[in-house]
Amino acid sequence: MSSELLRLERVNKRFGGHVVLADVSFAVAPGEILGLVGPNGSGKTTTINVISGLYRADSGRITFDGHPVHHVPMHKLAHLGINRTFQVPKTFRDMTVRQNIEVAAHFGHAGAPVDIDSILRDIDLHKHAGKTAGSLTVNQQKLLDLGRALATGPKLLLVDEIGAGLNPAELGGIADLLRKLSQRGIALIVVEHLMAFLGSITSRVIVLGAGRMLFEGSLDAASHHPEVVAAFFGGEV
Amino acid sequence: MPELTPAATASPLRRARPAILVLAVLLAAFALLPHVYGNLSLLFTLMAFITLAQGLNLLYGFTGYLPFGYVGFFGCGAYAASLLVLHTGWPMLVCVGIGGVAAVAMALILGPLLRLSGAYFSIASLAASQILYFVVSNTNLADVTGGPYGLKIERVFSPTGSYYTMLAILLAATALAAWLRLSAFGMGLQAMKQDPVSAAMAGVPVVRMRLLAWLISAAVAGLCGAAYAWNISVFYPDAVFTLQISVFAIVFALFGGVGTVIGPIVGAVILYSLYSAIGISTPQYFQLIYGVLIVLLVLFLPGGVLSLFARRGIRVF
Repeated sequence: MSSELLRLERVNKRFGGHVVLADVSFAVAPGEILGLVGPNGSGKTTTINVISGLYRADSGRITFDGHPVHHVPMHKLAHLGINRTFQVPKTFRDMTVRQNIEVAAHFGHAGAPVDIDSILRDIDLHKHAGKTAGSLTVNQQKLLDLGRALATGPKLLLVDEIGAGLNPAELGGIADLLRKLSQRGIALIVVEHLMAFLGSITSRVIVLGAGRMLFEGSLDAASHHPEVVAAFFGGEV
Repeated sequence: MPELTPAATASPLRRARPAILVLAVLLAAFALLPHVYGNLSLLFTLMAFITLAQGLNLLYGFTGYLPFGYVGFFGCGAYAASLLVLHTGWPMLVCVGIGGVAAVAMALILGPLLRLSGAYFSIASLAASQILYFVVSNTNLADVTGGPYGLKIERVFSPTGSYYTMLAILLAATALAAWLRLSAFGMGLQAMKQDPVSAAMAGVPVVRMRLLAWLISAAVAGLCGAAYAWNISVFYPDAVFTLQISVFAIVFALFGGVGTVIGPIVGAVILYSLYSAIGISTPQYFQLIYGVLIVLLVLFLPGGVLSLFARRGIRVF
């Protein structure tokens, strides 16, 4: 196992004249959980969108497993082992929970047979397997997104605000699940506003502010970093 | 929307049973009807419209792309087959097959239209079919296409031959719809119809599969048009390029219910029979009755008549 699964090098993205990502560079190791934090509009979700192929970076380089992937279409990234969840869940609403996962299991090229039942148990939806996805709560749909991502046999999982709107018990369950996934060797990039949750699962966070990387290190250290404090609360640096 | 495929636990043969049943009923009905009902031409046109509604369903029902210009492929098949038989004298069945190939080639050329979606796609495909019509009917091309004077292939005229050819095409189109209903390919299409971004992230090759559905749908219309040209054997360009053909195919498919196998069949049988009955009994009220019917349908039954069953939890194939 190489020590580096994903590397971003000087990735830039702008929408019109608005710079969303400016020279973002970082790397992720297999099995690592990396937190991505920053105020609204700082480029967290855009970073995930660029890595997962939903957007193309304007410049810069993204390497995954040693291959350049910044021009690879989404479905091929899924085959390579990059997958994600969505901030606003995007399930196949008229299909059942099980069918949602079956689609990913069939088309995801996981490499090994996919155990749909064990995924359903992992995301705690095995009792709802026959329900249509559209009838689930938003939180359950986020978990279904995660389950669908797992069915493609990912090496890197991008998790976008899965904790928002959960109660502490549910958050604890998700934290356990994410830790379990990382123990299987899956690298995770977790975008989250809930710092306690993030602190419980990550050893390293990256703080973004207006598309620039302000800080890289432990969450604890981040909260004392003057630039980070300024980005969140305003004021002079 | 009705349920999708049953759990994968059922054996393939068991799962294919409804498909075999539908195909057997269609085959029996249209093989026996000519012996009890004399108007072969009406039966032929009914089959043509079921086929077109089913072909449209293959694209619209499974990908959500509604081609107003669907008739373009129909006309393309009609002209390609007729010109080929005029110039080469090859057996008409071969020419019908190549008519289907011509429609697929046209669909490949028009493939970039799939970059559009929603109403933009529908309107652009409509424009494309009009371009085809104006090119084919252009007086300056009269030496090549017959221009506005149309084509005559009366020397291969064969009501029976074209009838059974159309029946075979109808069965093939229905089998294709059943395949989409039962296969993983069809499940992938349904997934990308509901959310193309998630489908891509689930590993579904969205662009390639959508193009494939478009080509299959075009092939059905092309074959149908070719068999239609064989059946009428003398035709003007507007007979095979009239927008009414698109409209009928769309209305019939929607009336029955798209995304199912039997929806377009039920819709075309009911509405075309009604169309023929009103057209004969009270032709002066035809457009009024038909128009009111479509308005009521859109307002109260947007999922088609079969959604009445689906709403009560009955799985419609």
